[in-house]
Amino acid sequence: MGAEQYPKMYLYKRIVDAKLFIDKHYAERIDLSNIADEACFSKFHFIRLFREVYGKTPHNYLTQVRVENAQLLLSKNISVSEVSFLVGFDSSTSFAAIFKKHAGISPSIYQRRQLLKRALHVDKPLTAIPNCFAETFGWKKAISNS
Amino acid sequence: MITKVTHMCIYVLNQDSAYDFYVNKLGFKVHTDAPMGPDARWLTVTPPEQPELEITLFLVAEGGMFDKETVQTMINLIKKGTFGAAVFTCNNLEATYEELKAKGVVFKKAPTKEFYGYEALFTDDSGNWFSLSQLNS
Repeated sequence: MGAEQYPKMYLYKRIVDAKLFIDKHYAERIDLSNIADEACFSKFHFIRLFREVYGKTPHNYLTQVRVENAQLLLSKNISVSEVSFLVGFDSSTSFAAIFKKHAGISPSIYQRRQLLKRALHVDKPLTAIPNCFAETFGWKKAISNS
Repeated sequence: MITKVTHMCIYVLNQDSAYDFYVNKLGFKVHTDAPMGPDARWLTVTPPEQPELEITLFLVAEGGMFDKETVQTMINLIKKGTFGAAVFTCNNLEATYEELKAKGVVFKKAPTKEFYGYEALFTDDSGNWFSLSQLNS
């Protein structure tokens, strides 16, 4: 691995480490200035490089990770207020507003839709799969007979 | 006329392990995870920015058109690394390479400038290989 081939590899590694830190600690109180310090960047430089690599600021990325993890928890039928706390929001009101901004629907509507989808897949699994696969692999027959 | 691809298949040797690889390591989203009777599971994931393309993580197991001999042949070929399953793209190959390596993804080829673009090769947990590319713009 020649230095000329990866001129920015070391730089990227520090940005990637910061991203992985957010992935791991999104539910905690994260001070993005601390992350910049850890990565040995000025805050301005850190934000600029992070956006160059990931297409969004560290703050926006943190919010995205929190919302995505909230979606997973909501799908498991955990209450909206508990989910907001579990993914690192201070209040369920601000969580609901940010969730809606990102997902386009409120957390409660999202949860209802996901639970309905899951129930449908359990009740009528053939709605989840293209018929050709279900038929070719014998699942259509197995499900119809069960 | 045909307009789009909605589903494609990647044959895997273990769906739990494939779930972990594609979701937790590659960052794909689960689209559908539904039981197909007592012995089968329909598991599809989507690339983060391509939610309309379902990639089916299809277990190689006996049933339907797969008899015992076919299954064993498939398993041997997948483990051997015969199948190149897809080309994935990313905005920044060096950063993506670093991230996936940190998550334990095994690369057969480090990022290299090719005529086609900037490319690396990695394998999934079953043995399928993929190109990870940053295309020439």
